[in-house]
Amino acid sequence: MQSQHIMRSFDEELRFLANQIGAMGGYAERMVDEAVAALVGGDVALARKVIEDDLYLDLKEREIGEKAVVIIAKRQPMAADLREIVGAIRISGDLERIGDLGKNIAKRVVAVTEARQPTRLFRGLSSLTELALTQLKEVLDAYATRSAEKIGFVRDRDEEIDAMYTSLFRELLTYMMEDPRNITACTHLIFCAKNIERIGDHATNIAETVFHIITGTTMPPERPKVDQSHKIIATVPAAQGGK
Amino acid sequence: MQEEQGAARRLLKAAGERVARFGPVLVAAAAALLLLDLYLGGTGLGAALAVLVLIVVAMLFPERQEKRGAEERIDGGARLIETLPATDLAAAVQDPLYIFDEAGGVVYANRAASAAFGPAVPGLSLQLKFRAPEMHDFIARAIEGVNGDLAIDYVERVPFERAYRVSATPIGEGTRLFVLLFKDQSEARRIDRMRADFIANASHELRTPLASIAGFIETLRGPARDDAKAREAFLQIMHDQTGRMARLIDDLLSLSRLEAKPYGRPGEKVDLRLLIGGVRDALAHLAKESGVTIELDIPDTPLEVAGHRDELVQVFENLLENACKYGSSGGRVVVSAGGGGPGEERTVTVTDFGPGIAEEHLPRITERFYRVDVETSRAQKGTGLGLAIVKHILTRHGARLSIRSKLGEGSSFTVHFPPP
Repeated sequence: MQSQHIMRSFDEELRFLANQIGAMGGYAERMVDEAVAALVGGDVALARKVIEDDLYLDLKEREIGEKAVVIIAKRQPMAADLREIVGAIRISGDLERIGDLGKNIAKRVVAVTEARQPTRLFRGLSSLTELALTQLKEVLDAYATRSAEKIGFVRDRDEEIDAMYTSLFRELLTYMMEDPRNITACTHLIFCAKNIERIGDHATNIAETVFHIITGTTMPPERPKVDQSHKIIATVPAAQGGK
Repeated sequence: MQEEQGAARRLLKAAGERVARFGPVLVAAAAALLLLDLYLGGTGLGAALAVLVLIVVAMLFPERQEKRGAEERIDGGARLIETLPATDLAAAVQDPLYIFDEAGGVVYANRAASAAFGPAVPGLSLQLKFRAPEMHDFIARAIEGVNGDLAIDYVERVPFERAYRVSATPIGEGTRLFVLLFKDQSEARRIDRMRADFIANASHELRTPLASIAGFIETLRGPARDDAKAREAFLQIMHDQTGRMARLIDDLLSLSRLEAKPYGRPGEKVDLRLLIGGVRDALAHLAKESGVTIELDIPDTPLEVAGHRDELVQVFENLLENACKYGSSGGRVVVSAGGGGPGEERTVTVTDFGPGIAEEHLPRITERFYRVDVETSRAQKGTGLGLAIVKHILTRHGARLSIRSKLGEGSSFTVHFPPP
């Protein structure tokens, strides 16, 4: 984007593409934030709005894809320009998925809030969301300012999200064992937490794409996966066996 | 008479100055006239006459010139303003300000903008930096010239909440440049939220001790009315519960007050060495009570960070207090520091050798009211807010907290400060 092409319109086209990503990013960030707010506050109307907003992201993703294809066909870009355009296609795909995950959370609002839930159920989810949104914001800001230095940090944060998710999984499981009436809400909340954890993964994908756009190299491949929730087993206390 | 003389002298002096100032020009003019006269075959008398006229004119000139000098000083400011670079003016604005072109590309960002939203690189696109849908619409409308001088509210939620009133205005006529100005509204908004949060948290967390006190009062009135031993025990429990409520209120207020504070990069230089020494002395009593010795392992070089002294004291007080309370079985607590070099992050680590914290709790212990073990926390007079306060302060300082722990070996809490 910083580079000046002989044809000014090419610069404008690239800028247009980047701005569309900005618009999508803004919607995706907003959707996730509002979906969780609707869940915590039991706000069904807000949840409905989030579900409608997803249409915009689907539309924009298609638009960016078509526009990118036209640019490639017309300009035959190379190197940095090509990375820029292919990167935009990939980022828009990730953002669209983030929107879907947000929508999925919004869809569960009705089921979770049917019976009023104690606030402690939501506390962990709120801080997990905060982590994921911070990560998403940082990676999109890195894309805006073209700063590759901050991207490694974004990946570190993903580990934090995974660890937090594992802990949350365990906590929700405990609530279900305490009282079977919690099972409906907690099952939905586990899916919501998983969705947010996936949003973190998509943010990491975007980080990798942005790194590639800026530097032309791929990020070092090793990425420790610390989601340990697949190992968690709920042990039924022996005392309850006799009942 | 004297006044007249004074005036005449002043005039003469001014005339002299004037002649002196125009000296080179006058000399050149006189020489030219003389040469012209001689060339035309004159005797030089005509030229001398002309030179005389020239000097008299130059001497009469000053009076008018003096007056104009005063005028010049007045419109000097006005004229300077016309030629003053826009960037100087923008730099003097204390609120974040961007100047952008009709594509939304940032042309200039002032220092407040870089401090609030990170450094602006050339070619940065506003639509990419401020992605909220309403901001997109707002910028687009400003570029089309539709919204005049309207303003919108813009809120950033992460990493901590900030609210702004944003206005976009075209600059001059036909420049196709616009100015985007952010007015910080966070404080008013935070105070609103503080009230709501405080009520929600306080009512939830105060209900438990209150319920227990009510229960004991009931028992004291009824079945335990004449049982002196039970009465004493119950009164002791009630006393503990009211103490807990008081501490809870203190912590809640402290956290709410922090959240209500306006955001500003801390400017004061704080030497962590001295600060930590002070905190250790303040907690000597608690350490003795818990049977813990606090060891400092800090290099002799100054360890300076930018921060608010009182807030940082609160951070290390909380960390050390936790280490003493929950790690007392280890018998000692070590505070170590590192990374004083230029461009390096500064770290301070508080390590205890107590029972440690299970892995699944680590990511969550900075959440409000999250307790690893409710019983221990209650016994140690914890409120569940200490680490939440620590985390909040560190976020405001651009610093972060990392926690390492192994069951049976102890825990270490490390504060990472960004390089100054």
